[in-house]
Amino acid sequence: MQQVVSGLASGGIYALLALALVIIHRSTGVINFAQGEMATLSAYIAWTLTANHGWSYWPAFVATLALSFGGGVVTHRAVIRPVERGSVLRIVIVTIGLLIAINGFVVWQWSGEPQQLKSPFPSDTIDIGGVIVSVQDIGTIAVALGIVFLLWLLFQFTKVGLALRAVAVNPQEARLVGVRVTWMLALGWGLAAMLGAVAGMLTAPAVGLDPQMMQAILIYAFAAAVLGGIDSPVGAVVGGLTLGVLLNMLSYLSQYGLFDWFTEELRLPTALLIILVVLLVKPSGLFGRPEVKRV
Amino acid sequence: MKNLLELDEVEARYGPVQALHGISLTVGDGEVVAVLGANGAGKTTTLRAISGTVSRSGAIELDGKQLRAGPEAAARAGIAHVPEGRGTFVDLTVNENLRLGAYTRRDRGVKADIERVAEYFPWLTDRGDQRAGTLSGGEQQMLALARALMSRPRLLLLDEPSLGLAPMVVREFFRVVRELNEKEGLTVLVVEQDARIALSISRRAYVLEVGRVALAGTSDELRGDESVRRSYLGY
Amino acid sequence: MNPRTTRIVGFVAFAAFAVFVAVFPSFVSDFKAQQYAYVGIYLIALLGLNILTGYTGQISLGHGAFMAIGGYTTAILMAGNEQFGGPVGGGLKDVWTIPFAGLVAGLVGLAFGLPALRLSGLYLALATFAIAVAMPSAVKRFDEFSGGSSGINLFGIPELTASITNVEILGKSLTFNDWLYYLSWSIALVGMAVAWFILRGRTGRAFRAVRDSETAAVSSGVSLARYKTLAFGISAAYAGVAGGLFAIANTFVNPDTFPILLSIFLLIGVVVGGLGGLSGLVFGAIFIYFLPLWAQGTDLGSHLPNFIIEETNKPGGPAIVYGVVLILVMFFLPNGVGGLFRRIGQLLTRRR
Repeated sequence: MQQVVSGLASGGIYALLALALVIIHRSTGVINFAQGEMATLSAYIAWTLTANHGWSYWPAFVATLALSFGGGVVTHRAVIRPVERGSVLRIVIVTIGLLIAINGFVVWQWSGEPQQLKSPFPSDTIDIGGVIVSVQDIGTIAVALGIVFLLWLLFQFTKVGLALRAVAVNPQEARLVGVRVTWMLALGWGLAAMLGAVAGMLTAPAVGLDPQMMQAILIYAFAAAVLGGIDSPVGAVVGGLTLGVLLNMLSYLSQYGLFDWFTEELRLPTALLIILVVLLVKPSGLFGRPEVKRV
Repeated sequence: MKNLLELDEVEARYGPVQALHGISLTVGDGEVVAVLGANGAGKTTTLRAISGTVSRSGAIELDGKQLRAGPEAAARAGIAHVPEGRGTFVDLTVNENLRLGAYTRRDRGVKADIERVAEYFPWLTDRGDQRAGTLSGGEQQMLALARALMSRPRLLLLDEPSLGLAPMVVREFFRVVRELNEKEGLTVLVVEQDARIALSISRRAYVLEVGRVALAGTSDELRGDESVRRSYLGY
Repeated sequence: MNPRTTRIVGFVAFAAFAVFVAVFPSFVSDFKAQQYAYVGIYLIALLGLNILTGYTGQISLGHGAFMAIGGYTTAILMAGNEQFGGPVGGGLKDVWTIPFAGLVAGLVGLAFGLPALRLSGLYLALATFAIAVAMPSAVKRFDEFSGGSSGINLFGIPELTASITNVEILGKSLTFNDWLYYLSWSIALVGMAVAWFILRGRTGRAFRAVRDSETAAVSSGVSLARYKTLAFGISAAYAGVAGGLFAIANTFVNPDTFPILLSIFLLIGVVVGGLGGLSGLVFGAIFIYFLPLWAQGTDLGSHLPNFIIEETNKPGGPAIVYGVVLILVMFFLPNGVGGLFRRIGQLLTRRR
């Protein structure tokens, strides 16, 4: 049970990043390979505000969110917009270039040594109905689900949210009703960057802040998004949580002799293998809608 | 009657291919005008030039004022474009489609307008939360029209509304259009391949060929015209 | 300019290029020969990936894994794992392992191609990515063959030509680097010719049909299964050959020789080189080999002004330069270098 809770906590982080990937994919049709590095950058910004400039945690958290949002918007307008109309592969290479450049920037600015981003949650454990869980995990789950909930409110009940969804469904039509499509796309990138920032700030206290922090998590998030259906926000969240729990359960069971070939190193390939098996059965993912191409 | 819409030597291109070679036409305030022509003649492109979704040169005036380029300018000026193939947001609900129609409006009358629109399409209110993609082709066409109305447009552009619809549905659709024109004075520019029905509801019409205006006149005149009869009316 | 003239020009250009390649080492240092040997190796891998991604439209993020298969095949055939009794079937001379490297990788590619039929676009990218990520771990697991984490060492064994002393070929004494250069480039040139031959025929047309519209392809009688699988197999075989050469060039293999970054670099090389065309791929190979060096301020990069070199010498600096250059190349060369060549060619041949 304890494993389930900590699985949900890491799963929550995967879900946030997966949701970011889905938002960008729905609007721009592209997988943003740089999403993880952008999250790392956000975490470093939070760290530098708290550790080097003496800010307290929650103001730094909010400031980082705002800066990340702005960063996402600027990235879209400056880097993505010029190549938006080209082939998907071209945009993918651009995001890979971003990945490399941002990773380099983080190392260049703050050195490659691990740092410690303090967590807003105390590191004790509490006892819930006989199960011992860490407050950090509970806090992570709460923040992750809270952000997802807020985002859901935005999409369902605001005019802007409706416009964002319209652009994802049919950008030409959205243009006809007067939606400024380019700004909506930029907004999507801003929101995705914000989600990534939260993911980064939740990850750093747990695993230590270093430039390579989010790389494996990006892969898990990608897998989770595909598992859930690459265009489904619900799928991203469910996929992320499921993957987190699944991986934890596998580690846990391997300690007891079952799956004893499962080493720490194999976590990632196993995750991917599971995803692939699911895809062979349901090629569009759990919540995805199949493209009908009757050939 | 003054002109609501004036096009003066409008040209448009898709990349290296020029689609419109200088189109000039007018639509009077409160008129229904049809644009006919074969496939590829430039009918859809003409509408796109008006709604700002294709890059164009040449002057377009709406209500005496120069229309700036781009779809936002057109939408804010009160031009509603119902595109070929309905253009409904299939993954969104009927109500959400309607709300999007009113996107450029800043006033508070949107909710009231949904009810007003429902008068013309009574079945819409029952289907409010249904996904637009689950509606039939005819229903989606009606939804597209309802969505266009939500913006309280000065000018309604209809692109081949009859495409893929059963004749009875088409007749019903145009009945609503005619009602809108007569009751509310809505100005309509309709592009159609079905020349017969287009000429039956319009006062004037233009025939396009290869990106140019080949013929213009009242619908009665065109109906009697020999070449029109042979090419577009089939007899 | 009619097709026949274009073809003749193409032949002449290719022949000229081959001559240039042949005499190149005589004018440059031994070290440079080694560098360009690697360029040749990358070119072979790019030729293969280009067939899959450029012509058939299937995105693979895992071609590094096929290189790994080829590399390990070569290593195992040459030296095997000393711990477990030496090479499989007695050591094989390095040159002769190359066809096997290609064959094994090609078969794996074909085998992969079949289940891959159910996936497309993004999902295929994910699946190939999964393979590339899993490869190092898989290699470590099968350590009886692969030598586990320490890998297999090829340096100094008799099967590796010229590794200790020079080799005599046609009266010329070649160092290891020269030998490597000629080996990889002769294979690369053959590879280019073979690719050109495959692509201009029915197979190539079928590939392009699959890329442009699967529905249209099927209605014209092109079997998707057959051609997609075939594309996988061929591209994997190329990658396998490149991998085998890579192992020879490095003189060892271990799980870290073929990291995920390699697969990403290959994809970058194909896109920068110009999807679909063959001529730009040479530049793609040069790009992926040399840009990291230039970004560090070495090689051509040493011509940059001093203050830039100072900044980029700090850790992380070269990566920033690399990323920015990559983005700029995508901005200004949307179809890669090959696309640029095509446009120049079009400009030159347009009748005025």
